[in-house]
Amino acid sequence: MKLHQRQAIHKKIFTNPEMSPIRSGFGEGLKEAGGRNPRIVALCADLTESTKMNLFADAYPDRFIQVGVAEQNLAGVASGMAAAGKIPFISSYAMFSPGRNWEQIRTTICYNDQPVKIAGSHAGISVGPDGGTHQAIEDIAITRVIPRMQVIVPADSIEAYKATIACAGTKSPTYLRLAREKTPIITTDRSPFEIGKANVMTESVDPQVVIIACGPMVFNALKAARQLADTGLETIVINNHTIKPLDKKTILREVKRTGAVVTVEEHQRMGGMGSALAEFLVQTYPVPIEFLGVSDEFGQSGEPEELVEHYGMGISHIVEAVHRVLKRKRG
Amino acid sequence: MRHLHDDEIKKLEERAQEVRELTIEALIHAGSGHTAGPLGMADIFTYLYFHALKHHPHQPNWPERDRLVLSNGHICPVLYATMALAGYANPADYQKRLRKFGSPYQGHPHREWLPGIETSSGPLGSGLSQATGMALALRMDTGSAVDQFVYCLMSDAELQAGSTWEAAMLAGKERLHNLIGVVDRNNIQIEGYTEDIMPLEPLRDKWEAWNWHVIEIDGHNFEAIHAAIGEAQAVFEKPTVIIAHTIPGKGLQMAERRFGWHGNPPGKGPEDVYTKAEQAKKMLKDIRTLGGTIRSEHE
Repeated sequence: MKLHQRQAIHKKIFTNPEMSPIRSGFGEGLKEAGGRNPRIVALCADLTESTKMNLFADAYPDRFIQVGVAEQNLAGVASGMAAAGKIPFISSYAMFSPGRNWEQIRTTICYNDQPVKIAGSHAGISVGPDGGTHQAIEDIAITRVIPRMQVIVPADSIEAYKATIACAGTKSPTYLRLAREKTPIITTDRSPFEIGKANVMTESVDPQVVIIACGPMVFNALKAARQLADTGLETIVINNHTIKPLDKKTILREVKRTGAVVTVEEHQRMGGMGSALAEFLVQTYPVPIEFLGVSDEFGQSGEPEELVEHYGMGISHIVEAVHRVLKRKRG
Repeated sequence: MRHLHDDEIKKLEERAQEVRELTIEALIHAGSGHTAGPLGMADIFTYLYFHALKHHPHQPNWPERDRLVLSNGHICPVLYATMALAGYANPADYQKRLRKFGSPYQGHPHREWLPGIETSSGPLGSGLSQATGMALALRMDTGSAVDQFVYCLMSDAELQAGSTWEAAMLAGKERLHNLIGVVDRNNIQIEGYTEDIMPLEPLRDKWEAWNWHVIEIDGHNFEAIHAAIGEAQAVFEKPTVIIAHTIPGKGLQMAERRFGWHGNPPGKGPEDVYTKAEQAKKMLKDIRTLGGTIRSEHE
């Protein structure tokens, strides 16, 4: 296995990766986007620092609205501002937005086709000690089923920066899923990022399985792939940062090359990225798939790594899933 | 603001009558939909579209227009009727296509289906948030001198949804003087009278507590509506809400004040006065003659 040249992957990724919270990339990206386009406004429900929206709020106080602990209103007000010509970004914890305000997002934002960008921070199990109430592990499912919604899950803070700027330039309602904890930096400024274009992270002459991951799980997938390669088992790793619209072309190409898939996400196994891929593949090119994610359970308090291990998304789980799917492929 | 002349009032009253008639005709064709709310709000819709709003029906996206947000989307039969008579659509087309497949007149309004509709609505309690967003954005662009008003029409029962009060809090905090709420205080909802289902009173105090200016009026009196809108536009440091006391089903004796007519069209309403088979014909006659006896008093 080789890291893909074109992806310009961070050279310290396997030795001593730099760490940065994905939400910080969002905060910096929003500030940058705000500087480029005066139509961009930002609204927050009393979590400005936590979601890193404070960078925008400090730079452009006249374009920032603090709505207080009121996520339903957060979505509706943003829709109204968009109707009057603005490009609103709203932020809170994913559990509350798009969790609590799902109907307002569906009706006032998506049904109205308003270009509101929903940044859900503290998504996934890696929120850690806050426990199950604050671990959004259903958010991909509830956002991707809404017509018109784009769903983006950046793998690191650099990608979050690019995703934020990119989605500000689209007319679609967008859900940006952001993790709380410091996450290894995988990509670099030179790495390509395009909404709806999956990144193939590795090169291999004869890959047996494709591992498709999103968010912080891309790092685990790369580590697992390297471990497997050391034992002579070649795989391909895809950073599938855009869950909707799905990059069907790239995915189909790599699935045809390998004939077996492992998906990894910090989300319920039901309804998330893996389900989105399965919906597509069973109709076009059915192959064995192993899904890694939370298995119809709620989270709990713990350290992020501890939780990722407990709920079955660790490096060893990916390695095992690759062996399982390979066995099924060879039938 | 100057008073309305008598002939202006008479014209508005006649317009409102046309709005009611078209509303009933469309509901009969549709065979489903809400009756009481639309009739109760016909006077206010007429006043807004034919006197208050800055708008160009033939240029619905005119950037300098006022905005009208209908939060309780289920009373859209009166919105469509008024808009059609104001020039946004063809009244004859509307009369036949309310709630039909492929029609601009969706069962609950959708902004993409009928240009001129500012926002899609139906799920209750979300309109005030969107109206607040619009008022904020317009003020952001123009500054405190903004004279583009955002009117948000709400039902009384939808105030039972907490999100309305989230929006009220924000509009109060932001001192959005270009936001004018109108609450249709008709006292009914699907399952009964509001004060039995979930009391709203003291309603004035609730709005005042969120730093709104409150005006209470008879929602069928054009002079009162006119004065209230004028006052709301003049108040500078606060958003204003007009609590409009209305009679649900206004103009049709068989439907007036009866919650059974909240969600039913003519032909499917309660049979306490007329059978379902008689309702449509009787309603059309009543609405066209101002209820027979009422006409002689009127004249």
